[in-house]
Amino acid sequence: MSQNWISSPFHKKMGTVPIFRKMLWERIVEALIRFSGWITLIILGLITVMLFREGLPIFSYTDPLSFIFGTTWLPVSSPPQFGILPFIVGSLVVTFVALLIAIPLGVGAAAFLSEIASSGLREFLKPIIEILAGIPSIVLGFIGFILLAPVVQSIFHLSTGLNGLTAGIMLSLICLPTIISISEDAISAVPKEYKEASYALGATKWQTIRKVILPASSHGIVASIMLGIGRAIGETMTVLMVSGGRLSIPTNITDPMSVLTARIAIEINNASFRGLQFQALFSMGIVLFLITLVVNIISDLVLEKQKRRLGQL
Amino acid sequence: MKLKMLIWVLAILGLLISACTTSPGTSPTSPFFTSSQTGNIVVKGSDTMVNLASAWAEAYQLTHPGVKVSVSGGGSGFGITALIDGTTDICNNSRPWKPEEIERAKNEKGFEPVQTIVALDGVTVVVNPQNPVNDLTIDQLAAIYTGKITNWREVGGLDAPIVVLSRDSNSGTHVFFKEHVLQAKDKNAEYGSDVQFLPTSQSIHDEVARNPNAIGYFGLGYLSANVKALGIKKDASSVAVKPSLESIKDGSYPIARPLFVTTRGQPEGIIKEYIGWILGPEGQRIVSELDFVPIS
Repeated sequence: MSQNWISSPFHKKMGTVPIFRKMLWERIVEALIRFSGWITLIILGLITVMLFREGLPIFSYTDPLSFIFGTTWLPVSSPPQFGILPFIVGSLVVTFVALLIAIPLGVGAAAFLSEIASSGLREFLKPIIEILAGIPSIVLGFIGFILLAPVVQSIFHLSTGLNGLTAGIMLSLICLPTIISISEDAISAVPKEYKEASYALGATKWQTIRKVILPASSHGIVASIMLGIGRAIGETMTVLMVSGGRLSIPTNITDPMSVLTARIAIEINNASFRGLQFQALFSMGIVLFLITLVVNIISDLVLEKQKRRLGQL
Repeated sequence: MKLKMLIWVLAILGLLISACTTSPGTSPTSPFFTSSQTGNIVVKGSDTMVNLASAWAEAYQLTHPGVKVSVSGGGSGFGITALIDGTTDICNNSRPWKPEEIERAKNEKGFEPVQTIVALDGVTVVVNPQNPVNDLTIDQLAAIYTGKITNWREVGGLDAPIVVLSRDSNSGTHVFFKEHVLQAKDKNAEYGSDVQFLPTSQSIHDEVARNPNAIGYFGLGYLSANVKALGIKKDASSVAVKPSLESIKDGSYPIARPLFVTTRGQPEGIIKEYIGWILGPEGQRIVSELDFVPIS
């Protein structure tokens, strides 16, 4: 039986395929694949160019230092003032609170799923975690506004429940599924021999998880945390609804605060096209872009280091 | 065969859809359409007015089946920007246009914005029903919103911090409140650094309804039994006036304001007929149904 290497109908009809036709077909497919690889890069490049082209002109009005370290945001006053430090701090605080909750919970859940839970339980829990990832962020924001805010307010005896802590708790729900599923993949990928060796040495399950499995999968766990950070910093709707919208620098996680994304979302509609406020909002987009870039570079460095260390083992 | 059919169906659907959606700003103004009452009107702007504008649109479409009116909110600033950029036919604004906005429309887009007053509204200052404070002067309000007064005790209430809630800067009510309350005495006053800016009037209402220390403001239309409207005094010696249809109409409520619809130049065609209807008995009846104050 002769094996036809291309099963397309043209080729069947033609019988043997002339060599130049094969080459042509190959070339076309190759070009298409090459194109689909490049297109991501092109789109990313265009987005970056646009972000900088629309955002940078603000610096002829405010210099970059007083833009980033300025503490007063009065976009529609005359003269307007654009200082975004309160929102940078707000974004970092809210993300920090979210990670404080999501990292231990997420990594713990991942270890539980892949090492402790029975396969039946795992098959039951995994889809549920995916459902959590699928809840629209506006719904989480609504739940935070209606249910969580009054609880946070009464537990901590605050004057308002719309604050960074509430926002951080809701955000942790958003980055949990990312952290759990990617950590779980990393933990499951640890070679069985590692575990067997650990048990053979008389280690308990907890000792094995803590001393063998988690260190061996730490690069994947770090990657999951970095993706979680990216998810948390970029999240808009949930934070917009529950963070309280105060425009000054927060001094406490229970202060109401604003974050970069929510500010952009609220004000971009009302900013006149290519006006000062519009440019300032695009520059906030540049700042967000740079923060994400730094997070990605750090995660790459950590991964690289980890790989080298594992390679030496 | 089937594929061809599918392509035809899709093509026809596409044509139908593109025929149904007229791009905004290009509503028919040719002599053909001036009186035949068909076409689309896009309305954007003030959140304060969005319920009112939707009620007008629904009622108008019942009696004028050829006309489609689509309404969305986003704030007065958003509506004004949209009208200048040509993405809406009518802009609702709960504050007058600023001189620089009018300049921009004239210089960049070559039209004069024509503002028509369609209703009156009182900016309603609300607190939680548990709060013993019943009225405030304009000065006290300004001091609270600029951060000079931070405890309810200073205005005759309990010893509790004041949680100050405001609309965001895209809101016409935000701008009106700043110009007529915060800047009543001091022209350079700005919202204080502890003010919380919430995205919608509804979220201010909900937070005031459950937070005993909160104070907030919105258009009279959002007032409900779950929050308490404060009486407002022009100064320490005058009588406190609560916002109501009567007090806004007779001018005794100190922070009342007109609500506008704005068009690109003098309204023409279906837009002119629509605004005429809004100003007529039917449109003004809806104004009072939604707790705003009719102009006639």
